[in-house]
Amino acid sequence: MEEIKVEVLLQAALALGGLGAIFGILLSVAARVFAVEVDERVEQISEVLPGANCGACGYAGCNNFAEAVCSGNADVGGCIPGGKDTVSEICQILGKEGVESVPKKAVVFCDGDRQTAVERFVYDGSPSCKHADKMGGGFKACAYGCLGLGDCVEACPFGAMKMGDNGLPLIDEEACEGCGVCANYCPRGIIGMIPRDYRNKLVMCNSRDRGKSVVKACPVGCNGCKACTKACPQEAITMEDNLAVIDVDKCDGCGECVAKCKQGAIKALGEQHAAVEKLPRLKLRKLRK
Amino acid sequence: MEFGNLMAIIFIYILVDNLVLHQFLGICPFLGVSRKMETALGMSMAVVFVMTMATVVAWLIFHFVLEPFDLMFLQIVAFILVIASLVQLVETVMRKVSPALYQGLGIFLPLITTNCAIMGAALLAIQEEFIFIEAVVFAFAAAIGFAVALVLLAGIRERVEESDISERLQGPVVTLLTAGILSLAFNGFQGMLSL
Repeated sequence: MEEIKVEVLLQAALALGGLGAIFGILLSVAARVFAVEVDERVEQISEVLPGANCGACGYAGCNNFAEAVCSGNADVGGCIPGGKDTVSEICQILGKEGVESVPKKAVVFCDGDRQTAVERFVYDGSPSCKHADKMGGGFKACAYGCLGLGDCVEACPFGAMKMGDNGLPLIDEEACEGCGVCANYCPRGIIGMIPRDYRNKLVMCNSRDRGKSVVKACPVGCNGCKACTKACPQEAITMEDNLAVIDVDKCDGCGECVAKCKQGAIKALGEQHAAVEKLPRLKLRKLRK
Repeated sequence: MEFGNLMAIIFIYILVDNLVLHQFLGICPFLGVSRKMETALGMSMAVVFVMTMATVVAWLIFHFVLEPFDLMFLQIVAFILVIASLVQLVETVMRKVSPALYQGLGIFLPLITTNCAIMGAALLAIQEEFIFIEAVVFAFAAAIGFAVALVLLAGIRERVEESDISERLQGPVVTLLTAGILSLAFNGFQGMLSL
């Protein structure tokens, strides 16, 4: 074995130690000279935020939102998934009065599943709603209906969505934080946000088409007949571009509209698809292809 | 030497001896941050920046500290020290001087600290016995080579993501296959030029 020379060892130790010391000093000097003042509150707020970086607040991530809140550029109630608790904690940190924020949930305003809605052609392209929507206006006869390829499911930062067997996305109400990311990803803008505890009826349709063309494309679509608007004792239903829209603040859940709707487009969450069975058989006849 | 020599170095280390696709250095960021073009570009910029600086500093340390004391066997340990401190220093300075640049590259800088491509470039510059200017050009070219590989893969992956591929091939499988084919393609440059 070769003899170990003490001086070589010493030299090596000195050289490396010296290098290390020089770099250490350099770094600590740099840290002093180039110190960036960080607002303590930014860190505190980041800690109380959910940390999912969902982007519902309009900022790139929770950290950016915290910075924006501290500098006063963002609203304290901007974090939707965080809900009330987060808002009150942020308010505590900033020493501000609380702001009410209503927790929301996502709803897919379409009930035209694979069995119900008419398809114009067989789509065999990339499995993305965004692309399918661009191809000849989508494969569904209804230009407003859910394409069921799951862009929203992929976008959901909380894993609260999955694609149902019938080609409509299912939303797990418990897991949905109401961030609204899915609504942004839907190329057809079918997904809407409603108050989390809302259990009353909704118009499960997104079609702005009129009358016959809606019925042809989808037997459960709203054809804009206005029967419900007249029937509603609360005057909670309005027509917007041939589509009945229920004002969630006014609706008391009396159910008058459901009885009047010949299309069966009005229903509560969880009642979707059930209505299809009750439709006259005529409407369900070979609509597909 | 000349100018031709430097041009040869640039050509060789971008195409022929590509750091990633031929020498298989820095595979982890190559696969890790190539998911989106945006991050791939950010990472590439950070690598170009750090690799050039790290190689230059490592070259200076080797020739002015290690060589005079006959401590060449310490080069790996010394280079680790140099690169780690340098990246940290760059991060600190950048954060103060250019917050915009920090926002863009900030996330990637700590990743680079332990990147073997950076280390490899520093060691190669010594091994190939480059003189100073050659080392600078070499480091820059090698980093550009890395960027080319990363951006190519990111572009392909973005397309693959949107195409209908067999379930068994999805995810890492098709990525590795793509990387392999890319590497094979780059092997076509072998023997075209050498120093």
